[in-house]
Amino acid sequence: MRAFAELLDRLVLTPQRNAKIRLLTDYFKATPDPDRGYALAAIAGTLDLKAVKPAILRELVMERMDEVLFRYSYDYVGDLAETISLVWEPAADARSPEYDLSLGGIIHRLQSVGRSEVRGLVRSLLDQMDSSSRYAFLKLVTGGLRIGVSARLAKQAVADVGGREIADVETLWHGLSPPYTQLFQWLEGKSEKPALTTPAVFHAVMLATPVGDNDLAGLDPADFAAEWKWDGIRVQLANLGGTRRLYSRSGDDISGAFPDILESADFEGVIDGELLVGGTSRTNRATRTFSDLQQRLNRKTVSSKMLEDYPAFVRGYDLLFSGATDIRADSYLARRQKLANLVEAASPAHFDLSPLVPFSSWEELDRLRSDPPDPVIEGIMLKRLDSPYTSGRAKGPWFKWKRNPYNIDAVLMYAQRGHGKRSSYYSDFTFGVWTEGDGKDMLVPVGKAYFGFTDAELEVLDRFVRNNTIERFGPVRSVRAEADFGFVVEVAFEGINRSGRHKSGVAMRFPRISRLRLDKLPRDADRLETLIAMIDGGKPV
Amino acid sequence: MKPDTLLFPTPKGLFCEVGQFYVDPVQPVERALITHGHADHARSGHTHVLATRETLDIMRIRYGEDFCESEQVASLGERLTINGATVSFHPAGHVLGSAQIAVEAQGTRIVVSGDYKRRRDPTCLPFEPVSCDVFITEATFGLPVFHHPDDRHEIAKLLTSLRQFPERAHLVGAYALGKAQRVIALLREAGHDAPIYIHGALVKLCDYYRTQGYDLGDLRPATIAGQDRQAFAGAVVIGPPSAFADKWARRFPDPVSIFASGWMLVRQRAKQRGVELPMIVSDHCDWAELTQTIREIAPSQVWVTHGREEALVRWCELQGIDARPLHLVGYDDEGE
Repeated sequence: MRAFAELLDRLVLTPQRNAKIRLLTDYFKATPDPDRGYALAAIAGTLDLKAVKPAILRELVMERMDEVLFRYSYDYVGDLAETISLVWEPAADARSPEYDLSLGGIIHRLQSVGRSEVRGLVRSLLDQMDSSSRYAFLKLVTGGLRIGVSARLAKQAVADVGGREIADVETLWHGLSPPYTQLFQWLEGKSEKPALTTPAVFHAVMLATPVGDNDLAGLDPADFAAEWKWDGIRVQLANLGGTRRLYSRSGDDISGAFPDILESADFEGVIDGELLVGGTSRTNRATRTFSDLQQRLNRKTVSSKMLEDYPAFVRGYDLLFSGATDIRADSYLARRQKLANLVEAASPAHFDLSPLVPFSSWEELDRLRSDPPDPVIEGIMLKRLDSPYTSGRAKGPWFKWKRNPYNIDAVLMYAQRGHGKRSSYYSDFTFGVWTEGDGKDMLVPVGKAYFGFTDAELEVLDRFVRNNTIERFGPVRSVRAEADFGFVVEVAFEGINRSGRHKSGVAMRFPRISRLRLDKLPRDADRLETLIAMIDGGKPV
Repeated sequence: MKPDTLLFPTPKGLFCEVGQFYVDPVQPVERALITHGHADHARSGHTHVLATRETLDIMRIRYGEDFCESEQVASLGERLTINGATVSFHPAGHVLGSAQIAVEAQGTRIVVSGDYKRRRDPTCLPFEPVSCDVFITEATFGLPVFHHPDDRHEIAKLLTSLRQFPERAHLVGAYALGKAQRVIALLREAGHDAPIYIHGALVKLCDYYRTQGYDLGDLRPATIAGQDRQAFAGAVVIGPPSAFADKWARRFPDPVSIFASGWMLVRQRAKQRGVELPMIVSDHCDWAELTQTIREIAPSQVWVTHGREEALVRWCELQGIDARPLHLVGYDDEGE
């Protein structure tokens, strides 16, 4: 348990992706089965544990502690699990401090305990752990690790244990369950590759590279098909051997949130497509925006009203399996023909085919890309007609050519120090635009960005922040931002949605600082009204 | 004599009227008794200063030769008379030279503990309990959440990280007086023999520790001049915490940001500061040590100075010990 607890403590404070992977890989290599597999499950969110209610934890701590002292402590720390882990005084007859429980043993006992015995078990386990382990344990049983590690990152670390590709792990993943003993045994070369128990597993998706400056010059338009790039989420829908699954691009199983899609997938095969909300082209109703789709995302269950108000459908891009046959080695054209046949026979309200965009030259395609016919289009996809379906992001077979981003000029308002390599730089910026408040113009924050600028530009930004700080709030500094003095930056972003969570009422997607506008004064920056006009696909200006 | 006429708080600090002196005054005074060399307790500009030899040396290093008009060395355990009061200095275990000051008059004894800790520190003498009527304690970590782990475990975390990330410089933020030398000494005890690079602000104090017989091993300046940036890869670099937000930190390859402080126990504190590897090493008592010390000394009253007074006062009440906060101003409650 200690090794797991220390791993969590490190991960939560480690900002760099590669450093996180190394911490995870080292842990997986050093920890025996089944503990490492349970740790993996806890991090990847596949561990099924009965939740312990915070009220029970509070009662347990109060058995031994003065309420006033607990309140002072909780006020100071601010997190219940952490407070309890720190204030817990082991009973006099508790185990010696050197004693270390196994993670697997703890999970086994939690899974087998009856409802009435939970309290006693939790008390006795807390007595047997050190503070860091208590924290990890309490986070585990209250259901929120929140350590900034995605399931995909954990899978990458697992793949690194055996020097394998992440695609191999992703394919096996949904056929395996905690504590993943077979998986680790295989990665360490101690056993055969695990056999897939369910055929409807996730297959790593094919990705496109962005069109660079001279990428298209030497290519013949006749070798490529063009499709619109739709602004939903990329999914893989599988129905094989009687099992139906819907996966996100990164291999998370999102079937639970989309029963409407699963139910209507009455064909056998594996489709690659875009998950969208609204009407299909076959029902002649409009495709709705990403903000509508967001209503359906990240839900464990979905109400019938939600299904009615936000109907989901899949716009087919590709076919990986036709029936039970793997056709990924076939050409794009051959796969697309089979996909078209499959979609034709499928439910019109839930499936349509991503239309081809006819074009004869790159210039023509460039014009189409810049002015697409539907606000839910975010660019063009180019696919070589003769390309097989290969996982990963190889350059050549598929390109993506995004429409131009939105741009606004905004004023720097706050800056925060970065992490890791950037820890001595103010590199995370909050910027704002003008709006009217209390009868005069004021700046309202509209977003945060911490990339887009070059290292040389970062030096300039950092110097401005250090020389023009007005106030400090912990690690955050507010900087001078007046109509005639301040720092204007051009912010590029992919889209903008309404948001009740932000004071400005808007939230940008993928904002980044695209240029420093040293030539502009804050008074020249954009107004909130301009941003609001961009919502729901208003054209980039 | 009633304790609160022997010693009482004033805007300049704790004042002893019969002795006509202040303990750790925050403004310049005629006569000052200083517990230890940290800047919020030891200030320059007093006329007469009485402190341990080490504390006087440290004040001279920090403030220059003219840090006061006249100084007097207090030997540990020796009883000195100042006007109508008798005083004596006793080790506090906080940093090199740190002392508790016992103030006595007309049969009443008050011990001003200054900052203190109870666990072993290879760079200073251990705390000595002194019986008294009133024990004045700090409460920097005066909340039941604070349980500082074993130092050796915290040092092991750093050594593990050095093995795991040998291409990265390991930047340890540690206060220049006490914490930095203690971390170095603990690293040496754990078998880390490699050169340790130190920030310019630490050089004089580390040199002083060496003259006092504390072996800190191979220390080198953390300057770029004349050496390859890569020399810092996999090395420990120690500097004052403030230097890490500064441009100074940019010279190191892909630094791991580390902070050696009792505050690092609370995860959100570490996160807010951008600390990647917290080392919970404190020169103050944790909750268990504060309460154990009060039990051991068994004073009839406890006065609580800076920190989280309310929780410690509450604990004393629950134990039936008369306690009150002193509300002294000017001491750095973040003093770590």
